[in-house]
Amino acid sequence: MSEAVVPDAMVSPAVGGLHGEKAGGPAVDFSYVGIDAILEQMRRKAMKQGFELNIMVVGQSGLGKSTLMNTLFKSKVSRKSVLATAQEKIPKTIEIKSISHDIEEKGVRMKLTVIDTPGFGDQINNENCWQPIMKFINDQYEAYLQEEININRKKRIPDSRVHCCIYFIPPTGHCLRPLDVEFMRRLSKVVNIVPVIAKADTLTLEERDFFKKKIREELRANGIDVYPQKEFDEDAEDRMINEKIREMIPFAVVGSDQEYQVNGRRLLGRKTKWGTIEVENIAHCEFAYLRDLLIRTHMQNIKDITSSIHYEMYRVRRLNENNTVMASAELERTDAQYPSTSESPSSVTC
Amino acid sequence: QGQLLIDKGVRPLSLAGHVGFDSLPDQLVNKSICQGFCFNILCIGETGIGKSTLMDTLFNTNFENFESSHFEPQVKLRAQTYDLQESNVRLRLTVVNTVGFGDQMNKQESYQPVVDYIDRQFESYLQEELKIKRSLHNYHDSRVHACLYFISPSGHSLKSLDLVTMKKLDSKVNIIPVIAKADTISKSELHKFKIKIMSELVSNGVQIYQFPLDDETVAKVNTTMNGHLPFAVVGSTEEVSVGNKMVKARQYPWGVVQVENENHCDFVKLREMLICVNMEDLREQTHTRHYELYRRCKLEEMGFKDTGPESKPVSLQQTYEAKRQEFLVELQKREDEMRQMFVQRVKEKESELKEAERELQSRFEQLKRLHADEKAALEEKKRLLDEDQSSFSKRRAAAQLLQAQSLTANGKKDKDRKK
Repeated sequence: MSEAVVPDAMVSPAVGGLHGEKAGGPAVDFSYVGIDAILEQMRRKAMKQGFELNIMVVGQSGLGKSTLMNTLFKSKVSRKSVLATAQEKIPKTIEIKSISHDIEEKGVRMKLTVIDTPGFGDQINNENCWQPIMKFINDQYEAYLQEEININRKKRIPDSRVHCCIYFIPPTGHCLRPLDVEFMRRLSKVVNIVPVIAKADTLTLEERDFFKKKIREELRANGIDVYPQKEFDEDAEDRMINEKIREMIPFAVVGSDQEYQVNGRRLLGRKTKWGTIEVENIAHCEFAYLRDLLIRTHMQNIKDITSSIHYEMYRVRRLNENNTVMASAELERTDAQYPSTSESPSSVTC
Repeated sequence: QGQLLIDKGVRPLSLAGHVGFDSLPDQLVNKSICQGFCFNILCIGETGIGKSTLMDTLFNTNFENFESSHFEPQVKLRAQTYDLQESNVRLRLTVVNTVGFGDQMNKQESYQPVVDYIDRQFESYLQEELKIKRSLHNYHDSRVHACLYFISPSGHSLKSLDLVTMKKLDSKVNIIPVIAKADTISKSELHKFKIKIMSELVSNGVQIYQFPLDDETVAKVNTTMNGHLPFAVVGSTEEVSVGNKMVKARQYPWGVVQVENENHCDFVKLREMLICVNMEDLREQTHTRHYELYRRCKLEEMGFKDTGPESKPVSLQQTYEAKRQEFLVELQKREDEMRQMFVQRVKEKESELKEAERELQSRFEQLKRLHADEKAALEEKKRLLDEDQSSFSKRRAAAQLLQAQSLTANGKKDKDRKK
């Protein structure tokens, strides 16, 4: 059988680039090939397919999670707004409730799924409250993996993986609580965590800066890598942009879905006796930074990190685990190696 | 597939203001710009039909080309990769040319190296995808995205080699047939030729690539272009002065064939369709249709099945593990067999050698005996000889004595007589 020749090493064409320039002589008409039209083709394809985004909100009840979601997406995306029978009772255990919406802006369609975790941190004994959340996240990875290794698989695998988990820190002004540290420490390994200081209108600017510095220190001290993670910076430009963000997290946010008249304009805000807090005013709170990070600049990056790093890590663990199913002795060793992930008694979900 | 996002439980929502996720396509495009793009074209055609020239013309650059001989014993493929850049778009282009296609006397197996090459690229992607630690995002995708099949401008019909080859490839790659050296056909002949070709393709069930019609932005131009297939192309990198411009053309004594003049040939249409409008769709079709088909067939061939929903992920792994065990067991068995055979052979050889040794020993013994016998015989002879000699010497002595006696007796007698 004849052998195909192995591709030669990369060769740049003799003429640098495709812009043919000839000095002097009649005008040259042969420079444009049209390769850059592929950008337009990609854009068209993306618009046609639409996008998916799955955001999880975690925090004690009363911290304004639903309001923040509504403010971020300028519509009633939260579960409370959707369910006619909004439950006021705090559930006895942590529940995971997700609700999906189809939203569209300027021709770009997106399926947004907001995953709520009512009951988190509300019990008297909050040990292991991250478990159901961890399990949920891993279950989404599992569903994706199952579809991916099918023989007959769908043209586009539905992506239910949690892209981003917004963690709400109560505005105590002092430091992180053990619950916060424990949760973020465990979950930052499997999902992108974006911590925010909730109800930031109870903190003065000095208190806020102090609180943020303290939180950053504690995160560093505990080895918690929140989004944007340092190790995933791709190049110098990325690093520069992300460093600026890392110096500002956690964002101190205020949410509101009510508009008020301020200076002749209608703005989203919270009206109090001592003034109106404008949500989108960066002098008042950092909501705009959060929105820009999550939606306008880093959304694609968040999804990429989820699919190419967190999901791949899960896949490696899972496939290696299967290999050791045959040798049951090794299985125990594997369980011992990953104590933080194999919480549930069943060792299949890791 | 516009209904992709509307499923049960998902309600459409209207936004009260500008949220900002309309920048998502831009974010996606920016990421792709950083990563760069990959495009792989396979050119199949007879030697000298103009594949390399057309590639040069299409991409406005001078790829390294060798003129091939017509005496290749088998069809080969030569792949070359180039890094091109236009404004901010970086393209890694791989051009694969067939070498010696159509030159052999027996062309029955000509299509095989091409099929093998395409399958090899699929295989290597599949391997990467199945790895445990994989890096698909950095993977240099070498799968063939577009296959330009060069048809000889005979003006009559397709050759049987063309039909056979295209039939073998149509489920593996996006085929775009082109009529090469179109400046040798007149306009009216060309029209008839195109119709004949398309009808032959249809009647033989060859599925060529259809430019996609599902996106309204490009549906119209794609429909028109689908009607112009196969494109009649002329390639040239030489410039000729026409009017006050330098254009790519072929100069003949009877006129100048301008490559980019749509009245002269379909080159511009080809460039438009292949690069400007459908490059992304070609890549997507390769990944979602041709590659998936290859993957499905390959995995089924290896014995994997999607069993019931309860055991999906495990089944792939279990089957894989089972197969691996099977393979290892098989290997072990073969190893044992070989070892046994080896031991057997050694034994045999050993016994053979022992036998030979014994034989040698017995021969030695025999010879020794023979030697001893002869020695004994010789000794006997010697003894006899000695005896003879001694008896002879005795007799001689006796005779001498007798003679001496008789002499003395005679002497005495003589003395007596004399007295």
